[in-house]
Amino acid sequence: MATKVTSAVMRQGLRVLGVAVRTEKAVFTLAVLASAVYGGMTVASAWALGWATQYVVQPAFAQGDVASGAMWTGTFLILGAALLKAFGVAGRRILAGVIQYRMQARSRRDVTKQYLRLPLSWHHQHPTGQLLSNASADAEAAWAPLAPLPMAVGVIVMLVTAAVAMLFTDLVLALVGFLIFPAIAVLNLIYQRKLSPLATRAQQLRAEVSEIAHESFDGALVVKTLGREELETDRFRRRAHELRDANIAVGRVRGLFDPLLEALPTIGVLAVLAVGAMRLSGGSIDSGDLVQVAYLFTLLAFPIRALGWVLAELPRSVVGWQRVQAVLDATGSMEYGRASAGSTTPAALEVSGVSYAYGEAEVLHDVTFDVPAGRTVALVGPTGSGKSTLVQLLVRLVDPDAGQVLLDGVDLRELAYGGIAESVALVPQQTFLFDDSVRGNIALGLDAADEDVWAALRLAQAEGFVARLADGLDTRVGERGASLSGGQRQRLALARAVVRRPRLLILDDATSSVDPQVEAKILYGLRDAAEASTVVVVAYRMATIALADEVVYLDHGRIVDRGTHDELLLRCAGYRNLVTAYEREEAERAAMELPVEEEGVSA
Amino acid sequence: MTAQGIQAQGIQTNAERSALATIKRGLALTPEFRKGLAGTLALAVVATAGKIIVPIAVQQTIDTGLKGGSPDIPYITRAVLVCAAAVVLTALAAYIMNVRLYKATESSLATLRVRGFRHVHDLSVLTQNSERRGALVSRVTNDIDQISNFMQWGGLMIIVAFGQLFVATVLMFVYSWQLTLLVWACFVPLIIALPRFQRLLSRAYTVVRERTGDMLAAVSESVVGAAVIRAYASERRTAERIDKAVNANRSAQVRAQTIVGFVFPLTEIVAALAIAGIVLLGVRLGLSGEITQGELVAFLFLVTLFVSPLQTATEVLNEAQNAVAGWRRILGVIDTPPDVADPGDDGVELPRGPISVSFDDVHFSYPGGTPVLREITLEIPPRSRVAVVGETGSGKTTFAKLLTRLMDPVSGRVTVDGHDLRDVRFSSLRERIVMVPQDGFLFDGTLEENIRYGKPSATTEEIGLAMTELGLADWLEGLPAALDTPVGQRGESLSAGERQLVALARAYLADPDLLLLDEATSAVDPATEVRIARALEGVTRGRTAISIAHRLSTAENADEVLVFDAGRLVQRGPHAELVTQEGVYADLHASWVSAAHS
Repeated sequence: MATKVTSAVMRQGLRVLGVAVRTEKAVFTLAVLASAVYGGMTVASAWALGWATQYVVQPAFAQGDVASGAMWTGTFLILGAALLKAFGVAGRRILAGVIQYRMQARSRRDVTKQYLRLPLSWHHQHPTGQLLSNASADAEAAWAPLAPLPMAVGVIVMLVTAAVAMLFTDLVLALVGFLIFPAIAVLNLIYQRKLSPLATRAQQLRAEVSEIAHESFDGALVVKTLGREELETDRFRRRAHELRDANIAVGRVRGLFDPLLEALPTIGVLAVLAVGAMRLSGGSIDSGDLVQVAYLFTLLAFPIRALGWVLAELPRSVVGWQRVQAVLDATGSMEYGRASAGSTTPAALEVSGVSYAYGEAEVLHDVTFDVPAGRTVALVGPTGSGKSTLVQLLVRLVDPDAGQVLLDGVDLRELAYGGIAESVALVPQQTFLFDDSVRGNIALGLDAADEDVWAALRLAQAEGFVARLADGLDTRVGERGASLSGGQRQRLALARAVVRRPRLLILDDATSSVDPQVEAKILYGLRDAAEASTVVVVAYRMATIALADEVVYLDHGRIVDRGTHDELLLRCAGYRNLVTAYEREEAERAAMELPVEEEGVSA
Repeated sequence: MTAQGIQAQGIQTNAERSALATIKRGLALTPEFRKGLAGTLALAVVATAGKIIVPIAVQQTIDTGLKGGSPDIPYITRAVLVCAAAVVLTALAAYIMNVRLYKATESSLATLRVRGFRHVHDLSVLTQNSERRGALVSRVTNDIDQISNFMQWGGLMIIVAFGQLFVATVLMFVYSWQLTLLVWACFVPLIIALPRFQRLLSRAYTVVRERTGDMLAAVSESVVGAAVIRAYASERRTAERIDKAVNANRSAQVRAQTIVGFVFPLTEIVAALAIAGIVLLGVRLGLSGEITQGELVAFLFLVTLFVSPLQTATEVLNEAQNAVAGWRRILGVIDTPPDVADPGDDGVELPRGPISVSFDDVHFSYPGGTPVLREITLEIPPRSRVAVVGETGSGKTTFAKLLTRLMDPVSGRVTVDGHDLRDVRFSSLRERIVMVPQDGFLFDGTLEENIRYGKPSATTEEIGLAMTELGLADWLEGLPAALDTPVGQRGESLSAGERQLVALARAYLADPDLLLLDEATSAVDPATEVRIARALEGVTRGRTAISIAHRLSTAENADEVLVFDAGRLVQRGPHAELVTQEGVYADLHASWVSAAHS
């Protein structure tokens, strides 16, 4: 992790800033101009004060009268400088914000576009939390130094102007400035170098504390049912105390350097007074010059630290930028062909020699089977046999490592973008709903009439509860459908699929959270309505399997057998074992029932 | 859950509590902060006093050192050295003050953080569910951070600002009361206007926060919904939604920044007016001998002391407001009484051994909602095997939650071994009665760590043995790294069925006397499920076991079946008996049988 302001980090950081400057050339130029006005006018305001001291105050006290012309000039100078400076400050701040937030928004849009573009296999390799923070915290961190950047540029203008102004005033006094200001800059650099690794660590710990709280509250039911509140609190406390110590370490460094950085310019002013008095006695300067230089020191003490702020943000910025860039540089997108799959008849599906691996672990080996148009095929297999992976291949969420998936004889990879979605609808095992209305979630961009939506809901046995919702179809379901139960979410997902009248419908254990009674109604409804569809259904339940014309039995990523339910029951031991588990259990139990009861009687 | 229920059972908002009362209560909860506060404040005063060194030095140099033609170099040198010593001293005071402040605030906030965290876990599931998870997490993260920001910067700035304005004003009065009035006359309108600006800014920041929340929610859809978005070719639609949210967030941020940009430099303009006024009025006062030249110049320096406090005032006020809001929220959690409270040391300790349960005219409804359970009266003898059946919404899960005291009945009582559940110590209750919920939540870690969660002291051998006893050894061996297999966040690297297996093993390892399974194997394949059911039957012999299931075999194997319908216990008895009676059970049974054999 880049925690130190090393020269390498500095170079990278400046490169990142360069990107922003190039992207927002016009706004950046304006911001720097505004900041330069601010810098110049800061020096000018000290000069105006010196002028007023020399030509208004000094004569008044020395000679006992004052020329009203000089008085009004002095007033004009003071107010004019302040007004211009205020414009500079406002412009600098607003424009810096515009650049920073525009760049942030740009990164966020680009990153999420990339999320949407990259294949699902890429998503599988990256934890959700990481992807979310790439688009939020990292995009923010990457552009954070943009906020103080124009000011820092303005400060450089300010320093150069001040140096020139002092050189014109008096060489010796200028020398005091040339000693003090570099000292402030160097001290600030040391400060940021010391602070930055500590601040990064505190930031890291803050994220970890948040992660623990998230996970622990997510698992609250488990924590409660097992009575592990104390264990969880210990886990949280340990990290919270580490965070506390890290923050205190940050505080020590801040506590030391902040007063030092404030004391240094004050010492400078005192030095100016001492040295200035000597120069005054030699007649090299007048009292107006002295006041001007002393005042300049007072004014410069704060802005000069802006240079340090930019430096302080650089390491964090570099890390954020690198993370964002890693997403943007990720390659491997789904390529689409030009073929269209448009037709109104049920689709024919063919899977031929398909293999697929997650990294090293191959989960599907040479899988071949076909589903003739209009038929219903059940995919059956034990937990972890590769059914869900196979389903992802059927709708081209991922592409096979070897072999092909063909829809009506066309390789899925040759179909144009959107072609598969037009013909095939998947209801996945894990339901996902958007933070949108019921209607929005079902239509998902499809131009569906209300009666079609209702018809789909009826088929999914969701008509009743949707009708009872406060705003019916317009009810918002909350983030990820939070306001609904698992079974309700599943039924909406089902309606989403059937409203499209897909030519191929794929159900991946899509009714697991629904009551068997409701499930039966759904399945019979589907069978009656799905006359125009080919159906692939992943299931364990006999009721579901019974609807299928044919069964494909999968185990350890291979097709073990296929045929009708009755055929498989006869010749496939694995299948028989799986689907008759309950019946056999029942039978065995019945056989054992007798002795148990006798035992009961004798006891 | 109804909307009314959510409100009635929710976490307190403390909206009615005044800012001052909130801070007072907040400080009362953090003794670490109060300890040594007086010393820290005294140091802050010393540090603040350092700000007037420069104006004094300027005045002394001009009035005494430069008086009468040639400068009095020894006097000026002395004055400068004294001032330099004062600067060093005040810097030292500032350093010590800072370190003390950081230590005190961080320690006290860490305590508050941990306390808030613990209290969230002590709240009932009902209260927990009334709030979004993210909002609960914020209470112990962002809200605390906001308080910390305020205590270490904003709060300090308020003290420093008041101190600075005070010492500056005192010194001004010593030099010239007329000019002091002039300076204040310039700044008073600004001071009056500041709260108005702050409100404007605060509203703008509120909008920013809302837009940021929308933006994060939209962005998360592109990640969490990746599969569905692709399957339904909704990339463009999702991208549009995200772009809209991202851009709305950006506009809100720029708007807030624009307000800051306009308000911030106002102070400089006012200061320039004051300076010009000082020069104009000062020379007239000087002519009449009421003020020296050094004093006049010192005034010019003193005015700068007004600038930084007022420039940062809107920001400080805003932070103060955020901190009070943060305090309100974290206190809201801490002050919400757990409605399902642990009797603690006053409670009963249940001896180990088979458990009996009885429900005595138990009613339950969510606050403001219609009754979910009505007139439930039943007995479950020790060592019995009970199946709970009924349609979705019939009250089965509520029954389970009452039995495990995740919630308390509205009326009536639940007793275990003759003790009202409300009198039983949680430590004892959670050890003896364990429920396995349908959603097998796992923590990010290895399989072994997750299973050990059921019994932290368990050895790896014990865990291995438990897996064997449950008939899960084969499954375990099929995994890439057996017990060391990482499960991913929330266990998402495993399938839903596998997560349930781990959750079951975890509960089994806890070795309870009453095991309650709420559709705990619903996502597992039938062969595995039967194997587990059989294994469980063996290992729970001698204990009480309650299963909620849609499975025929579960009901058949039970000593007794409890049939729930629309919140009532409508039938109970052994399967063989119930199946012959007309009623809800016979209907359910018929649907199971037709499902299994059609």
